Amino acid sequence: MRQHDPEKREPVFGKDRAQSKKAVGARLACTALLLLAAALGAAIAADERRSGSDFMSAGTRAMQDDDTQNPGMLAVIDGETLWNEKAGGSGKSCADCHGDARVSMKGVAARYPAFIAAAGRPLDLEQRINMSRLDDQKAAAFAFESANLLALTAYIALQSRGMPIAVAENAQSEPYIEAGRVLFEQRQGQLALSCAQCHDDNWGRHLASSIVPQAHPTAYPIYRLEWQQMGSLGRRLRGCMSAIRAEPYDYGAPELVDLEFYLMWRARGMTMEAPGVRP
Amino acid sequence: MARPLIHIPSDIRRGDIIEIKTLISHVMETGYRIGVTGLPIPRDIIEDFVCQYNGEEVFRARLAPAIAANPYISFFTVATESGTLEFSWTDQHGKTQVQITAITVT
Repeated sequence: MRQHDPEKREPVFGKDRAQSKKAVGARLACTALLLLAAALGAAIAADERRSGSDFMSAGTRAMQDDDTQNPGMLAVIDGETLWNEKAGGSGKSCADCHGDARVSMKGVAARYPAFIAAAGRPLDLEQRINMSRLDDQKAAAFAFESANLLALTAYIALQSRGMPIAVAENAQSEPYIEAGRVLFEQRQGQLALSCAQCHDDNWGRHLASSIVPQAHPTAYPIYRLEWQQMGSLGRRLRGCMSAIRAEPYDYGAPELVDLEFYLMWRARGMTMEAPGVRP
Repeated sequence: MARPLIHIPSDIRRGDIIEIKTLISHVMETGYRIGVTGLPIPRDIIEDFVCQYNGEEVFRARLAPAIAANPYISFFTVATESGTLEFSWTDQHGKTQVQITAITVT
């Protein structure tokens, strides 16, 4: 069951039985200050934002930075094959309409999720690929987290490597980004934790042996060493939800896309590094 | 097995010690894991990797279940002459994936 309690983010004080009025007053002032800090300090300052790769070991970073070592590049070469492969009733490949992905897909992944008028709401890159498969290629959609969908996404995402994240900030997208922000700050699951409590308030500290990163989705789809395979941002978010013992949203659920949208907006201007390697 | 990634340095001179890097897509399933059905996931690994330089074997590795998915293997050899490097990965079922790459030595 989800708990809706977005305001509960102030630090908890220990009990103190013997308190003078003065101490109570000081504590109230202190609480007010901390509340204010919690409200203002919720977001990470723009110049303090760091990609997840900044928190990794030198070895993992080297693996990501060297295309001959980065296992995500295996997905990329499969994605390139798929891009040029004819599929479905249309008998067309992605390339037949979009041409050279290195030109036509440049910067595209940096703009997703995006509001798609035909869908009436934002779609993430995986959903947008499947929309094109269904509507344009007249082919069956790829299953979420299938090797093919991840490969094609990785190939498209690679074309935005080095570019700044630039999701649309307009009247159409704002309600969804806002819905994502509410989800991010909402306590969930049996552990009653919000995303923000770890990734806004406690980044850089340790959760067991792992460093808590800031949760900027700069490198998706990623090759995660723990998974020993590629995975989408949706999979990562679902993993986090399971970890706080919340019921994860289904792949493609509007809530999950809203959350992705907020995270990309939160990471706006940061550099795309897909396909990333993460521990 | 899918297409492997091979990296050979460019601008190689005769006698240079060169690093060759290879990466291949493979699940490397150990056989010790239990799947969602409650049954063990069958073992499926690459067992053998060989590199031949103009027909001569210059590197061989035997792989074991403890090796992670998508094995990355890098090794060094001495550049002797131009020709081909033939890489082959053989899985436990005897299926072999071969990749031939040209090497130019000046």
